[in-house]
Amino acid sequence: MTQLALVIDLNVCVGCHACVTSCKEWNDAGSAGPLTDQNAYAKDPTGTFFNRVQTFEVGEFPDTQTVHFPKSCLHCEDPPCVPVCPTGASYKRAEDGIVLVDYDKCIGCKYCAWACPYGVREMDQQQKVMTKCTLCVDRIYDSLLPERDRKPACVMACPTNARLFGDIHDPDSEVSVAIREQGGYALMPEWGTHPANHYLPRRKTGFRIDPDELKRVDNPLKVDGKLPKPPTDAPALDDVTSW
Amino acid sequence: MNPAWSVILLTTLIGAGQGLFLALYALEVGAAAGVLGAPGRMFYVTGAALSLVLLAAGLFASFFHLGHPARAWRSAAKWRTSWLSREAIVLPAFIGCVFVYGGAHHLPTGERSSLWIGAAASVLCLALFVCTAMIYACVKFLQEWHTTLTPLNYFLLGTASGFTLAASLAALAAPGASTALVLAALALGALAYLGRLAALRRNARLRPISTLATAIGIKHPRITQIAQGFMGGSFNTREFFHGRPREIVRAVRWSFLVLVFPLPALLLACGGGSVPVLVAAFLVQYAGLLAERWYFFAEANHPQNLYYQAIS
Repeated sequence: MTQLALVIDLNVCVGCHACVTSCKEWNDAGSAGPLTDQNAYAKDPTGTFFNRVQTFEVGEFPDTQTVHFPKSCLHCEDPPCVPVCPTGASYKRAEDGIVLVDYDKCIGCKYCAWACPYGVREMDQQQKVMTKCTLCVDRIYDSLLPERDRKPACVMACPTNARLFGDIHDPDSEVSVAIREQGGYALMPEWGTHPANHYLPRRKTGFRIDPDELKRVDNPLKVDGKLPKPPTDAPALDDVTSW
Repeated sequence: MNPAWSVILLTTLIGAGQGLFLALYALEVGAAAGVLGAPGRMFYVTGAALSLVLLAAGLFASFFHLGHPARAWRSAAKWRTSWLSREAIVLPAFIGCVFVYGGAHHLPTGERSSLWIGAAASVLCLALFVCTAMIYACVKFLQEWHTTLTPLNYFLLGTASGFTLAASLAALAAPGASTALVLAALALGALAYLGRLAALRRNARLRPISTLATAIGIKHPRITQIAQGFMGGSFNTREFFHGRPREIVRAVRWSFLVLVFPLPALLLACGGGSVPVLVAAFLVQYAGLLAERWYFFAEANHPQNLYYQAIS
């Protein structure tokens, strides 16, 4: 069983919103579009987005950390939004685990949004149907694209490589290794939704200096003795001193 | 949550319609058993017609909740998993049954079958109460709703308002049955009031299961939101926040606490069977139920709100 998912590294996300705009750009014109906007150039602009980047401050001044937190559909393995849909418009694909909405069946009752604790479904004001992240399903299987471009638009756009994409059920995939080795976690585990998307925690970045790096144990001077002193008439490096 | 008028009207109108039908059928069963005096045929026909009007008005209001009302028929598809789908099946079925029930009383030959039709309609009526309430009670994320008190209160509040309406109808068309209905309305109203108070008490003590720490997965007691990613609002800020000041919410709670039972009970008890007073009792109670349902939605706090605490 395949379960495609994103793994988002909070340690390197810089909150640039490139994934937000790239997602909007791709999906506005893709099969999940249009993602309409209202008052786009007026007061209180609003619109439909599949992906948002939020910012949180953790700690108390002066010991604070700024955490940029991208949020999109987590493609839960046990999605609570799917069984509540009265029409079957909301569904989870068996072949790759992507949770999708069939716009032609959606009646716009918003019940699935109530049943999602993460608030990642947005009702499009103009289309009057529920919209959500598709993991760029119209892109990742597009054989017309070069192999390396068959990734969600947000992953392609991320300048710091904070977004990884792959199959979390394949233990050897990039995302599984990242989750396993860097402490990947799921959001709101208390609800038992088993989100497929994982987040990698903030980590203290630094480097370790071992004592033998400061004082070399294999110092060649100690092993072979001091180098012989050159004669005074030997050419010097700067024509002044003789070493 | 942001209360939607379409849903408030749907749940209160069909609740009253269901309660009215149950009152009619209870009277009929009582009359058949010889406990109560039999009201005339026109009482049942008028009552069933009134019930149909309320149910149809509720159904009509529900369409305004949908983005695509023309596709509403599709909602019957997933009855195996969705309470909303079950409601979408049971509500029209119940409306049909009430229509046949009224028809059975209207036709001179239908009197015999009306007891059986009424029994079927009563089963559908109870199923509809369960379906409507379970739409809310089954969403575990809304802790204020996720309790057995939700179906109980939907049933009790609906039947109480329906019996009050039946009492005023009986005062008009079947004075002999009026006293029994007034007493039943008082009893159901008192039970509904107790149930609602119990729900208020329970919800006042709720502790949210999700916190900002689990929402973003950072185990720290002090997390504040700096930006939610946009400034002009989104579906998330419109659908899940009512945006009313706390004083308004509190005023609505107090108003429904007065209007749902104490005031109508006073009118029912002291009305002396006069039609205008009993009608006023129903109208007051229905206004209270509108406030009660508004508060029911406004009170619910969705965990997604954790992600939308600060604009920027």
